[in-house]
Amino acid sequence: MSLSLEEVRRVAALARIRVSDEEAQATCAQLNSILDLIGQMQAVDTTGIEPMSHALDVPLRLREDKVTDQDRRELFQSIAPRVEEGLYLVPKVIE
Amino acid sequence: MINQSIKELSVALAARKISSVELAKLFLRRIHALNGDLNAFITVDEARTLEQARAADERIARGEATSLTGIPVAHKDIFCARGWRTTCGSRMLANFTAPYDAHLIESFNAAGAVILGKTNMDEFAMGSSNETSWFGPVKNPWDRTRVPGGSSGGSAAAVAARMAPAATATDTGGSIRQPAALTGLTGIKPTYGLVSRYGMIAFASSLDQAGTLTRSAEDSALLLNVMAGFDDRDSTSVQRPREDYTRDLGQPLAGLRVGVVKEHFGEGLSPDVGSAVQASLQELQKLGATLVEVSLPNAGLAIAAYYVIAPAEASSNLSRFDGVRYGHRAAEYGDLAEMYSKSRAEGFGAEVKRRILIGTYVLSRGYYDAYYVKAQKLRRLIAADFAEAFRQCDVVAGPTSPIVAFELGAKAADPVQMYLNDVYTIPANLAGLPGMSLPCGFGDQGLPAGLHLVGDYFSEAKMLRIAHQYQQATGWHLRSPEV
Repeated sequence: MSLSLEEVRRVAALARIRVSDEEAQATCAQLNSILDLIGQMQAVDTTGIEPMSHALDVPLRLREDKVTDQDRRELFQSIAPRVEEGLYLVPKVIE
Repeated sequence: MINQSIKELSVALAARKISSVELAKLFLRRIHALNGDLNAFITVDEARTLEQARAADERIARGEATSLTGIPVAHKDIFCARGWRTTCGSRMLANFTAPYDAHLIESFNAAGAVILGKTNMDEFAMGSSNETSWFGPVKNPWDRTRVPGGSSGGSAAAVAARMAPAATATDTGGSIRQPAALTGLTGIKPTYGLVSRYGMIAFASSLDQAGTLTRSAEDSALLLNVMAGFDDRDSTSVQRPREDYTRDLGQPLAGLRVGVVKEHFGEGLSPDVGSAVQASLQELQKLGATLVEVSLPNAGLAIAAYYVIAPAEASSNLSRFDGVRYGHRAAEYGDLAEMYSKSRAEGFGAEVKRRILIGTYVLSRGYYDAYYVKAQKLRRLIAADFAEAFRQCDVVAGPTSPIVAFELGAKAADPVQMYLNDVYTIPANLAGLPGMSLPCGFGDQGLPAGLHLVGDYFSEAKMLRIAHQYQQATGWHLRSPEV
């Protein structure tokens, strides 16, 4: 399986990463060599094998449904690119 | 003093032969002298370090010292430390000051250890040479034209050059063990879930694990005693009783079965590394261990499976860097979509972008089963190989890296060649097993080689015992580069 330049642009758009035409060209070849490496997986028959999604077979813990977080809004917003009156500022999204 | 073990330093502090402030100043001077050349540290903050050292001296004076009180420790710049710039080796976080402490940092602070600085690393821990860092490559103290390995290259170079007595690090596919091998250090990646991931910037959450880079197995055990432990802020933190990892160090190796992985001595292994590793296996046999041949038939596919799973998880984890709440935001943009895509294009380097794109692709509609689910099935087969091997032995052994430290720039242009460095280390991450690398001699050009051990789940004490016994009988871990 091999990625076309158009597919690289589509994936970059999905990943919200702007790529120039030259970057897309260079990236396309590199991604295809990585996909060749990944393609080795297809050599193994994995019929009937249960996928392993986690390193340890332990169930996720449940906790009591109560608030444990403290209010650290000021601290956390002190490192934000742009804030105003306790809100994060971004370009207008609704007309 | 700079060549002393953690235990020796601890004894010297307790006996007031040296104060924590003096010790911190000693290492800070060394960082000052060497860092311009080696680039092992991204951030050094003398005032903060000395403040902690003064507090440690007071604690020692009150008679409340632990085994790490007053000991300076360097931390990989992937761990959030309150008030410290925490960059993860990325332009994205070049101006990020952590507003809270990682669990690991809390643990060291509680023990009275002193933060010596934040060490350089491959950007977001993605790399095997420390060349993807926004802050420039780290040089290997054994040969400055060569890489120290990665991604924890700064931590490795710092300890190898004695700019720090010990360092923390993380390992997703070999990022502790490979730099340990390339710089002549002892590195341990514990069982997945043993050390909390809280405040450790995420790369691939089902694989990431914190550990140490130290000069000896005994030092590793002392650090692990402090770092390991349950933390309810990490949903995959393991709930089990605390252990003393130094408890078995003195036990001889008689009766122990070491499984030699036959697939790891074949094609691709450089002969110089191969002979050093073979000699170390003979040494383990002399010490009373029995060598048995074991097979990990699916290990050869670990890299392929890893380069699906790790990028997939990374593409999800790194979606948080959007220029809204913290991190880099582009100076100019029109709408919100452009703000995201420009901020991310500027903030991430080439390797991080490649992995995000691969991850996005393998998780995208129509490809999920062919790639992601397939990789997860292989992961199961690889874990099953280890389970089978551990029916025949206590620990499996082989080389950590197929080659000694390579030259800066030698593999930087070809991502796939770089990925192949981790061929022996990745299987342990996929299975979630603990792994170690220990210095086992020298290969070509007098560069260090590493012996790789992988143990069963939660067998850290047993692995540390093997490493310690080996280090008592050999002196490889005491050799240091001339800097």
